Amino acid sequence: MKKLIKIGAAVACLTTAVAATAPAYAEDVLYIPSLSYRTGPFAGGGTPNANGFADYFNMLNERDGGIGGVKIMLEECETGYSSKKGVECYESTKGKGALVYNPLSTGITLQLIPKAPVDKIPILSMGYGLSATAIGEKFPWTFNYPTTYWNQLSSILKYADSKGGLKGKKVGFIYLDVGYGKEPIPLLEILAKKMGFTITKYPVGVKEMQAQSSTWLKVRKDRPDWMIMWGWGAMNSTAVKEAAKIRFPLDRFIGNWWSGAHADMRPVGEAAKGYMAANFSGIGTSFPALQDVIKYVVDKGKSQVKSKDLVGDVLYNRGLFNAVVVAEAIRAAQKATGKKAITGADMRVGLETFKLTKERLKELGLEGFTAPIIASCKDHEGAGPVFIQQWDGKDWKRISDLIPPMNDIVRPLLEEAAAKYVADKPGWKTQTCK
Amino acid sequence: MFYRETGQFKTSYEADSAVFPILQDRIGIMIMLVIAFVAVPLLGNDFFLNTMMIPFLIFTLAAIGLNILTGYTGQISLGSGAFMGVGAYACYKMATFFPEVNLIVLVLVSGFFSAIVGMFFGLPSLRIKGFYLVVTTLAAQFFLTWSFNHIGWLYNYNDSGAIDNLPRKLFNIWISGPNASPVTNYLVVLCIVLVMTWIASNLVRGRIGRSWMMIRDMDIAAELMGVRPLYAKLSAFAVSSFYCGVAGAMMVFFWLGSAEVESFDENQSFLILFMVILGGLGSIMGSYMGAAFIVILPVLLRAAPEFFGLSVNPTNMEHYSTMIIGALIIFFLIVEPHGLARLWQIAKEKLRTWPFPYS
Repeated sequence: MKKLIKIGAAVACLTTAVAATAPAYAEDVLYIPSLSYRTGPFAGGGTPNANGFADYFNMLNERDGGIGGVKIMLEECETGYSSKKGVECYESTKGKGALVYNPLSTGITLQLIPKAPVDKIPILSMGYGLSATAIGEKFPWTFNYPTTYWNQLSSILKYADSKGGLKGKKVGFIYLDVGYGKEPIPLLEILAKKMGFTITKYPVGVKEMQAQSSTWLKVRKDRPDWMIMWGWGAMNSTAVKEAAKIRFPLDRFIGNWWSGAHADMRPVGEAAKGYMAANFSGIGTSFPALQDVIKYVVDKGKSQVKSKDLVGDVLYNRGLFNAVVVAEAIRAAQKATGKKAITGADMRVGLETFKLTKERLKELGLEGFTAPIIASCKDHEGAGPVFIQQWDGKDWKRISDLIPPMNDIVRPLLEEAAAKYVADKPGWKTQTCK
Repeated sequence: MFYRETGQFKTSYEADSAVFPILQDRIGIMIMLVIAFVAVPLLGNDFFLNTMMIPFLIFTLAAIGLNILTGYTGQISLGSGAFMGVGAYACYKMATFFPEVNLIVLVLVSGFFSAIVGMFFGLPSLRIKGFYLVVTTLAAQFFLTWSFNHIGWLYNYNDSGAIDNLPRKLFNIWISGPNASPVTNYLVVLCIVLVMTWIASNLVRGRIGRSWMMIRDMDIAAELMGVRPLYAKLSAFAVSSFYCGVAGAMMVFFWLGSAEVESFDENQSFLILFMVILGGLGSIMGSYMGAAFIVILPVLLRAAPEFFGLSVNPTNMEHYSTMIIGALIIFFLIVEPHGLARLWQIAKEKLRTWPFPYS
């Protein structure tokens, strides 16, 4: 019986502990939750991204004492790429004065989109999430700088077109058979008509990610002129391996920006030579800001990266770029409101007004790292360009200039999609832009 | 001492066959109901409600559903995740077709769609048993999730391929959608789960429940005594899928807010099966215990270090939590293979004689 009482008391303690409200942080802190995933099947992509995101903020704290004199407090919450745990993380952190959420998962983003206007905390889904959220009038609280999946696809097709023309060619589209992979298909079909090529689709189920030989046998039979891939996690390296096995010319094989990481290609090595992928953030550590990260954070042992060589990886730099955008938006919000410690609502204003110009990028020590982003109320994506990078057997090398998307075709489609999303939701709050 | 039934005489058959024949049990249930209806909504914050109480109740309902099939009728199923999905997608489609109909009605009606699908996939159970039935229900699981992924009509051709909850009001209060407060969601879920628990407990004590248990214990004997396996098995599949379907619809509309196919994959089915086995096969109360163990404990474990002022890397905490839960599952199954419900029963028997045990 004593034992029972003890157990009961312990359980009661724990329950009240969780029920007790989370402590609010002192006013002078910029609190940013980082929904990361360092465990689970997609940890290979989640870990470098989370490292880059965290290290940049740590660097700002160490070098400049935070932003505008206010320290940044970053808290990681492990989601394991699961939507349920993502919601759990959201609920446990939103009360602490969270400024912005970067879920790094389309599934979690979809769940947070309707919650954002209610809790007044914006979402920045950088290069993932719902493409339609680019329409600022319909989605005041969601942002996806620098560009959407749909615009990216148009850039990739433009690149392929510039290498010998797409008219009358066959394009194969291999994709992860979930919402993320299927999303660009409507645009692909429209562009196929416009640009005069035919498409063949090769879905790869989540369970077949690492067993794609039958898919590639089909590719060998169909002999497409180009292959485009929308993959993530273990699917990428497997696809490239299989493509090399059937001797598909890898310099005719382009992945999207989630299919071109160091972590994907290192295990394939020399065999992947020639494979290309889109990207929007710089590669390597040659930028002064990256050097500062190494100096102030990595060398001092304050980073979670396993080795210094991993700094500057594609996904590390993308996480860092995400942090740069957040930091710039915080600065813009501080300027617009005159407050030092801002709220989620102020942050939204910041995300609509920051200007990451060429000059500003140079000031930040990121010259040439990425294309400029000019935020606006109407356009929550910026329709930024991407560049193409190629794997040389050991490292990714940038091989093209920045390729602007076909925004004139994509934008109306995005408007349509946004209107459809809002249509069946009574009480959805939109905004009007000047 | 406290838990003694001496002096509690039953003077009618009703009293003798009551669900809770002992006075202390009835008081205990009353206290729990007061806590659930008054204390939790008043004291619980969003985090507690949204990540612990609401999922706990929803999974309890799914576990009761599977328990009816596996625990009471003895038909092992690995398709409960997909049946939850049928309910969720049916509710989503109906909510778009009939925007003016009360959402709670739609949630309950979506259970019927799930029941029909469940009955269809339950047909093989008339011929095969045990592991072979597991395989056919697994086939249902794969077929249904494939459909959710590839039939665009089911998710209204959304670009994201996901279904999302549609904001709806009841008596001018938001009960679903982002404007609904977690307390409202919690109370709606609580009411549905309690009513359905009450129905389930009566079902399993009635004629139909007895015929399920006869099929479970020895189907040939049951058949010889006049239980028709066709009706017994298919009704079990229907009721079980109904419960899972309602749980799935509630999951999307009152908890998650949107769901992709992955929310209904075979992992979900395994999870529900674990709840049933861990809680206790053939026990309604066990379903509550199993769901609490699988849903609430990991969240508590992850929140524990912060509460005690320790700073543990969240990644490591994730690993610790997996390890601790795994070890606890093994521990409980070794200590009591019949589940937590049986442990509670043993504890109750010990309490009756405490502090002077006579054996």
